Amino acid sequence: MTQEYENVYINDTATISGTYEAKGPLSNFFDKSYNDLYFGSKSWEDAEIKMLGECIDILLQKTKKKISNIDALISGDLLNQIVSSSFNASKVGIPFIGIYAACSTSTLGLLIASNMIEAKQAKSIITSVSSHNCTSEKQFRQPVEYGGPKPKTATFTVTGAASALVSSKKSKIRITSSTLGSVVDSGVKDAFNMGAVMAPAAAKTIYTHLVNTKTKVGDYDLILTGDLGRYGKDILKDYMEKEYGIELNNLDDTACMIYDIDKQDVYAGGSGPACIPLVTYGYILDKMKKGKLKKVLMVATGSLHSQVTVNLKKTIPAVSHAICLEANL
Amino acid sequence: MEINKYNAIVKKHTPKENILLNCLISFIVGGFMGVVGEILIELYAYYLHIPTKEASTFMIITLVFLGCFFTALGFFDNWVRFAKCGLIVPITGFAHAMMSAALEYRREGFVTGLGSNMFKLAGSVILFGVVSAYVFGILRIILMGG
Repeated sequence: MTQEYENVYINDTATISGTYEAKGPLSNFFDKSYNDLYFGSKSWEDAEIKMLGECIDILLQKTKKKISNIDALISGDLLNQIVSSSFNASKVGIPFIGIYAACSTSTLGLLIASNMIEAKQAKSIITSVSSHNCTSEKQFRQPVEYGGPKPKTATFTVTGAASALVSSKKSKIRITSSTLGSVVDSGVKDAFNMGAVMAPAAAKTIYTHLVNTKTKVGDYDLILTGDLGRYGKDILKDYMEKEYGIELNNLDDTACMIYDIDKQDVYAGGSGPACIPLVTYGYILDKMKKGKLKKVLMVATGSLHSQVTVNLKKTIPAVSHAICLEANL
Repeated sequence: MEINKYNAIVKKHTPKENILLNCLISFIVGGFMGVVGEILIELYAYYLHIPTKEASTFMIITLVFLGCFFTALGFFDNWVRFAKCGLIVPITGFAHAMMSAALEYRREGFVTGLGSNMFKLAGSVILFGVVSAYVFGILRIILMGG
């Protein structure tokens, strides 16, 4: 399902990163970075809740808005019952939509917000996401301090929070269209190879978006996938060509951008809901505002498994949602 | 696309693990752990004037303590990432598995957190260790008469 929008803008964004991301090549583009992983909290979960809360606060400060002026908060994260988002929603006290689409949560949030703004159901909406490496390790893998060996195709969950203020007020970044993705089961069972799990979902969403908007790959300056990782990116290119006959020559993947993947010990790259917005809201939007990029297709991908389904050796379904951003200079 | 065809694409782009190198590192580190254990046994036996059997118990206690201590200090996981089974298979790995789970779940309370989750990783080691001890014990009686 593809929607086109006339009056939806990203007014401002806020990003917070953890330590590993701050040591990466995009450190200058984050509004704030922590230099430890607890952020002064007692547990990893408290730390993630605090980080997401601060991220929303920074966004409000940057936009000089009060929370009472915001119509709704749309937020999601990786934790069970999306507690990081729910607990912050309880703090801010405005209408809240909690969403879960694993690592594609950010674009799903932007999509829902855009639909509501375009339909004039709301004037301004904050969409936010968070992920924390240690809470994810604890919930999906092993205790953090265990550090068991992982294959090269594994990804490293990004610690970070990102928020965006979406409204009908004109700004330099316009959301022009979106595609709500469908869930695709690639038949892969390996939770340490999420690039392979998610590539067919990304391909289907990109193809659907191109067909429905009657555009070609060349019409976009950049097609930016979420967190396929360095091997998943190659799988996507190969699969896209064989299945849909489309050559993705302007594709990049935020998993490979957020870290220096040759030097930092992050396996195949970053992952997590915060991966794509942390790169996009800082680095990519900055390039768009400077006129270096005009049209960017943001295609976040999410692997919809739990540790239980992995133990049951079930195949992993994946989903991908696309948002088209255009510079409005 | 059929699953077989997709799996072929995935396989083409999936890097091979350095199994030989990993085995070699594990072999050397694991062997080094054995040497450290042997040195400790000899030292305990020599300085404390105790039989080798008792000294080996002291050695196990020492290695378990060091495994836990280094895990608590937060750098043992980096060693495990490098040495893999070279540190996981020896007794240090068992201590590390218990300690890392204990650290992780301590905040969720002594009973609901620490107590019920401490054996999350090490539980299967204990269970299958005891089961295989029984199996091999029975085999020994049958084949060798005790």
